[in-house]
Amino acid sequence: MNELLRVEQLRVRIETRERQVTALDLDHISLQKGEMLALVGETGSGKSLTASSILQLFPTAAARITGGRVLFNGTNLLEASPSVMNGIRGKEISMIFQDPMSSLNPVFRIGKVMLEIIRRYTGAGKKQAKQLAEESLKFVGLPDPSGIMRRYPHELSGGQRQRVAIAMAMVCKPKLLIADEPTTALDVTIQSQILYLINKLKEEEGMSVLFITHNLGIVSQMADRIAVMYAGSIVETGRTDEVFRFPRHPYTRLLLDAIPRLRERRDRLPVIAGTAVLKEAAGGQGCSFAGRCPRATKRCTAEKPQLRAVVSSHEIACFHPWEEER
Amino acid sequence: MIRFIIKRLLLGLFVLAGVSVITFTVARVVPSDPAARWVGPRANAEQIAAARIELGLDKPLPQQYITYMKGLFTGDWGTSIRTHQPVLRELLSFLPSSLELILAGMLIAVVIGIPLGVISAVKKDSWIDQLTRTFSVGGVSIPTFWLGLILQLVFFRQLSLFPLGERVSTNTSLLYPIDNWTGFYLLDSLLQGNFDFFKDAALHLVLPALTMAAYPLGLVIRMIRSSMIDVLGEEHIRVLKAYGIPAWRRVFVYGLKNALGPTATSLGLTFAYALTSTFLIEAVFSWPGLGMYASQAILANDYPVTMAITFLVTVTYILINLLVDVVVAMLDPRIKLYQNA
Repeated sequence: MNELLRVEQLRVRIETRERQVTALDLDHISLQKGEMLALVGETGSGKSLTASSILQLFPTAAARITGGRVLFNGTNLLEASPSVMNGIRGKEISMIFQDPMSSLNPVFRIGKVMLEIIRRYTGAGKKQAKQLAEESLKFVGLPDPSGIMRRYPHELSGGQRQRVAIAMAMVCKPKLLIADEPTTALDVTIQSQILYLINKLKEEEGMSVLFITHNLGIVSQMADRIAVMYAGSIVETGRTDEVFRFPRHPYTRLLLDAIPRLRERRDRLPVIAGTAVLKEAAGGQGCSFAGRCPRATKRCTAEKPQLRAVVSSHEIACFHPWEEER
Repeated sequence: MIRFIIKRLLLGLFVLAGVSVITFTVARVVPSDPAARWVGPRANAEQIAAARIELGLDKPLPQQYITYMKGLFTGDWGTSIRTHQPVLRELLSFLPSSLELILAGMLIAVVIGIPLGVISAVKKDSWIDQLTRTFSVGGVSIPTFWLGLILQLVFFRQLSLFPLGERVSTNTSLLYPIDNWTGFYLLDSLLQGNFDFFKDAALHLVLPALTMAAYPLGLVIRMIRSSMIDVLGEEHIRVLKAYGIPAWRRVFVYGLKNALGPTATSLGLTFAYALTSTFLIEAVFSWPGLGMYASQAILANDYPVTMAITFLVTVTYILINLLVDVVVAMLDPRIKLYQNA
């Protein structure tokens, strides 16, 4: 099996003085070599937290992993020592972040950080490192790479910055690229260019990509597989075309129904009633979607459905999935 | 950059002109007769009148001002009413001694304060942070003369590690004299290879410099801590972690440069302020500095000296502010100095 990444039973708690919540309670996700998995879900569903858990870089000290395994090439990253972990970051697994405006250090030239990353991992000399940096800047479609390296972030546009960030993330040819909503802060035309670029990395460099987004349109075009998250859990996962054609989980189906279509005229877009709440806030056990689910029964509020396969690669966590196509 | 500096220096001249007019006027309006002071308490009216003519005090005020300003630019800063010595010469003997003390204090503040502030920020809310914060509040709020006395009690009286006061002991200055090149004892003795003098002067500097350092040290710790906490919470630092840059480089190389700006600004102001405000430290350690010189001049209504010191302090403020602006611009490329120049 060509499995590169497998996350199992991952639990993350966020503990502040006011309250403690289990923000993530993940059954499992897996990612094959050279594959793109899209992690989709609404704001606060735990997509970014999942990504942060893999590299153990939470934006806040309040988040803590309380259980589970993150297997990367067979080794559990959660048990890796900090120095081993640091050797994996940037070299084996790298990450692109949401906002290119804040993800580059404003007081250093682009080249400074790039060269440090390269020299750290390749042991290349100054000249060689510079060449590598220029190559990867060229790969992401930036003209005049040596000029870019001398620039400061504020001298670049948003699109250019995100390209730079991608170049930094890919410069050591990591096996896994985590893209945490890399296009959210960009306008639509730049978005498609960045998406094209990430796809190119996957196709040409054979990178695996964990793509995090709330934009289902992007997912349908690019991802091989999709995992839908709701309130900290995976509710449905499968091949993208399959999930889109035959969504079985009520949440996924409602989500897809809410996408406006070109040929249909509708006055109001359908919405999912209610708001997302974490299981604990909802009062204990059960499926976290139960409160909003049109198909919910007593069992749904009493027992948490586990992620299980319905057909070969299509898994859902639901007691009452849809049995017919959309 | 050069254009900016020139422009700022020219602007500084206007500030100086304004300050000189105000201090000159104020020094003359106060009800005190410099001529009477000049000749001493037992002089008669004729002698006072003669002194008035000798000092040029009989001329109209604007003319006196012009004469004074001319002298300022030609190296004649007037004569001290109190000591009958040329002001410039006195000033040049006290200034290096003050600067040596202040620079040493600042150095201590920066060398100790920056790492402590950084550690405090990294280990926010830990015991080490609590300790450092207490230390920094203490540094900022402790009365300097009291700290000086305590240091003398402990390190001179109890431990006999450091001398009580003054810049160098009389023995040393007699046995191993140095030529006065810059007025900075440490620098002069080093340049002249006089290590006995250097060692003695350095020992004399330790306690006053520590006392001097207390306030800026507390300030640096607090400033660095708070700006580091902000910087470390920023996305780009987390991103560096994702690229595998180790923690110490993230903090001390990539984080610190972002956090230094505010500290540089406040240190600059503290430096200029310290020039004359250190007279309590100088008094405690019998340190022949500018602060003592200034306070004596003010008490004696020695207007040429007060004016000269005001002038000097103004110049220092102008230069320090300029320096701070340049440093801050060098730290952060987003700040452009020459935008409107």
